[in-house]
Amino acid sequence: MSGGPLAAVLEGREVVVCAGSGGVGKTTTAAAIAAALAAEGRRTIVLTIDPARRLAESLGLPDVGNEAIRVPSERLAAAGLAGDGELWAMTLDAKLTFDELIASNAPDAATRDAVLANPIYRQLSGALAGSQEYMAMEKLYELHAEGGYDALVLDTPPARNALDFLDAPGRLSRFIDSRSLQVFRSSGRAGLGFFGRGAGAVMAVLERATGVDLLRDLAEFFNAFGGMADGFRDRARAVEALLASEVTTFLLVTSPRAAAIADAAYFHGKLDEAGMPFGAMIVNRVREPVAAARGEALAAELEGLLGAPLARKVLRDVDDRDSLAARDAANVERMRAELGGAPLLAVPELPGDVHDVGGLGAVAAELFDRS
Amino acid sequence: MVPIRTPGGESSIAGHSLPAVGALLDRRLIFVTGKGGVGKTTVAAALALAAHRAGRRTLVCEVAAQERLAAAFGMAAEGFREVEVEPGLNAFSVNPEDAIREWLRYQLRSRTLAGLLGGSRIFQYLATAAPGLAEMVTIGKVWELAQLERKTPGSTPYDLVIVDAPATGHGIALLGAPRTFGEIARVGPINRQAEIVDAFVRDPASTAVVAVALAEEMPVTETLELERRVAAELDVRLEHVFANALLANRLSGTEAATLDAALAGGPSDGARAALAASLEAHQTARAQRSQLGRLKRGLGAPVTTLPHLLTHDVGRDGLERLAAKLERDL
Repeated sequence: MSGGPLAAVLEGREVVVCAGSGGVGKTTTAAAIAAALAAEGRRTIVLTIDPARRLAESLGLPDVGNEAIRVPSERLAAAGLAGDGELWAMTLDAKLTFDELIASNAPDAATRDAVLANPIYRQLSGALAGSQEYMAMEKLYELHAEGGYDALVLDTPPARNALDFLDAPGRLSRFIDSRSLQVFRSSGRAGLGFFGRGAGAVMAVLERATGVDLLRDLAEFFNAFGGMADGFRDRARAVEALLASEVTTFLLVTSPRAAAIADAAYFHGKLDEAGMPFGAMIVNRVREPVAAARGEALAAELEGLLGAPLARKVLRDVDDRDSLAARDAANVERMRAELGGAPLLAVPELPGDVHDVGGLGAVAAELFDRS
Repeated sequence: MVPIRTPGGESSIAGHSLPAVGALLDRRLIFVTGKGGVGKTTVAAALALAAHRAGRRTLVCEVAAQERLAAAFGMAAEGFREVEVEPGLNAFSVNPEDAIREWLRYQLRSRTLAGLLGGSRIFQYLATAAPGLAEMVTIGKVWELAQLERKTPGSTPYDLVIVDAPATGHGIALLGAPRTFGEIARVGPINRQAEIVDAFVRDPASTAVVAVALAEEMPVTETLELERRVAAELDVRLEHVFANALLANRLSGTEAATLDAALAGGPSDGARAALAASLEAHQTARAQRSQLGRLKRGLGAPVTTLPHLLTHDVGRDGLERLAAKLERDL
C-alpha cells in the first residue's frame, strides 16, 4: 500500500498530527492515513472530534466519546485497505477527558468533587473554547504513554487558528499555575510577594474591574485546584515534549483555495517557530485541466457530433474547468515555493464526496501510491 | 468572464418565503458563521457591500485577526482601527489583546489604572490563560461597534455591523460567551455587561445569525446541525442561509444523453476529454442541486444562492457581482 514521500515521512513515527483550517478535509485525510498505516501492519488509532456523521457511521464509530472501537477489517479490505494491522477510532469528548484528568490528579475524593462542582470549572471545561484543543492533546499524550498502539493519528479540532492546540496545554497550566493562584488563595494577601510590592494595589484594581464576587469564586476555584497545579504544569510540559520529539510529525492539510493556502503557509511558519517537526503539506481536492488541445479542430469535431449550440456549451464547461484547474495549479505552486524542498502532496479532486471507507481507500491510494 | 446562470424561482421551494425586502439588512448586527472553508469572509464582505448600496452606514468586522477583510476590498489593514473602504463602508479587525486593553480603560475609566492592571503579571496570567476571556472581550467589542451611542471617543455610529465570525463551534462559543460569563460572574460589573451584550446578540430585533454553506454533503449536514445547535444552545433562530459557490448546469438531461451517445461513438481523445469534462460538470451541478434541495427541506431558515465565481481571487469585481445578487434577492 504505502510508497512515495509520505511513507518516508511517516517511517518510524508514532504520533501523526493533522492540522489545518476548517473545511479542507482534515478528518478524511487523518482517517485515510490511519487506515493506510493499519494496512501496513501497524496497530493504529485515529482520534477525531465531531466527525461527519456518514464517515463516523462508515467507520462504525459510536456516538459516545472517548471509547476506542475497532474498525472491522472486512470493511477496510473492501476498500482496498487490507493488511495485518488494526485500525481503531475514537471520538474525543473534551468535557469527559477534563473530568477524567481532574479525577486522576485530585489528591482525594473531596477535592475532586469540589472541583467538578465548581461553577467556574464547569464553564471552563464545557462551554468555553480552548478546552477542546487542550483535551485533544491530553488524550493523545495519555494514549501514547499507555503504549497500546503503534501509531496515533490526531485530527485536530477545527480551531479558529489551526495551531491553537499547540499552546493550549501551556495556557491552561499557566491559568491554574500555583504562582498565580497564590494571589487568590492567600486570604491576607501574604502570598503577593511573588508579584512585587504593587500587587496589593493591582488586586484592588482588579476587584474594581471584575466585581468582588467573581474574585471570591475564582479564589474558591483556585483553592480547589491548588494541589493539582504542579501536576498540570508537569503534564503540559510532557505534552509539549512529546509533540516536539522525533516520534511525532505534523502534517498540514489545506485546500487549493487562495485563503486556505495563505493560512497553511502561515501555519507552516508557526510550526517552524515553535520548533515542531513538520512532515508534509497535503493539498486536497486539486482540480486537473481537461486533456484536450483547444482549437478549430476540437470545435469542429464537437460541432459535428452535437450541433453548434450544444458544442458551445461543452466548450464553455471546458473553459470553466480549465480556469479552476489553473487557479489550483497556481496556488499549489505558490505553496511549493513557500516550502522549499519539503514534501508536498497534491490529492486530485475525487468524483463525489468522500464520506465512507471506500472513499478513504481512494484517498489513501492517492496519498501513498502516486506523487 | 463566463456568464453564470442562476436558477430562478427557488424562493418558493419547500414553502419558504424570503424575508421582506431589506429585513435582514435592517438589523444592527449580522453574525455570519458556517463550516470552515465555505466562503464566510466573501459572503460577509458582499453583504456589507449590498447594505452599503442600500444606503446603510456599514461596518464589516472580522474577529480572527487574519486581516483578510480589508484585503478583500483591496485595502491595507490598520490594526485595531476602523478602516474606511469608501464613505459609509468601513472594515475592522478585532484582536483580543487590544480589545482587553480597551475594555480595561473603559471599565476603570482611567488610562493610568488600566495601564497598571494591564501591565501587571497577575492580570497577564489571567488574561492570556483564562479560556473564553478572548471570546468575551471580542464579542464585547463587536457589541460596542454596533451601538448607536458609541463608547469609543470620536467614533461614528453605524446602521449595521456585519461580523465575519469563526466557524460553527467557535462561532457558537463566541455568541455564547456573554451568557457564560454572566453565569460565572453572577453579580457585579462583569455580570451586568455580559447580560447587556447577551441580550443584544440574542435579540432578533437587533441581531441576525446567518450561515454560509456549500451545496455538498458535509457542509449541508453541518449547516442543518448548526441551526439545531443555535436554537438549543443559544435559544437563537438561524435567520438565513447563503448557499455559496453554485456551479452552472448548462446541460439538460436530454443534452447529457446526447453527450453520452457521442462519447460512445468513439470520438478523438481531445473530444472525449471535453465531453467527459462537460458531463462531469453536469454531474457536479446536479449533485449540488440535490444537496441544495436537502438543505432547503431540512432548514427552517430561508436560503439564498450565490454563484461560483470561477476566478483566481474573488476581488472587488466578484464582490460587486455577489452584492448585486444579494440586493436582488434579499
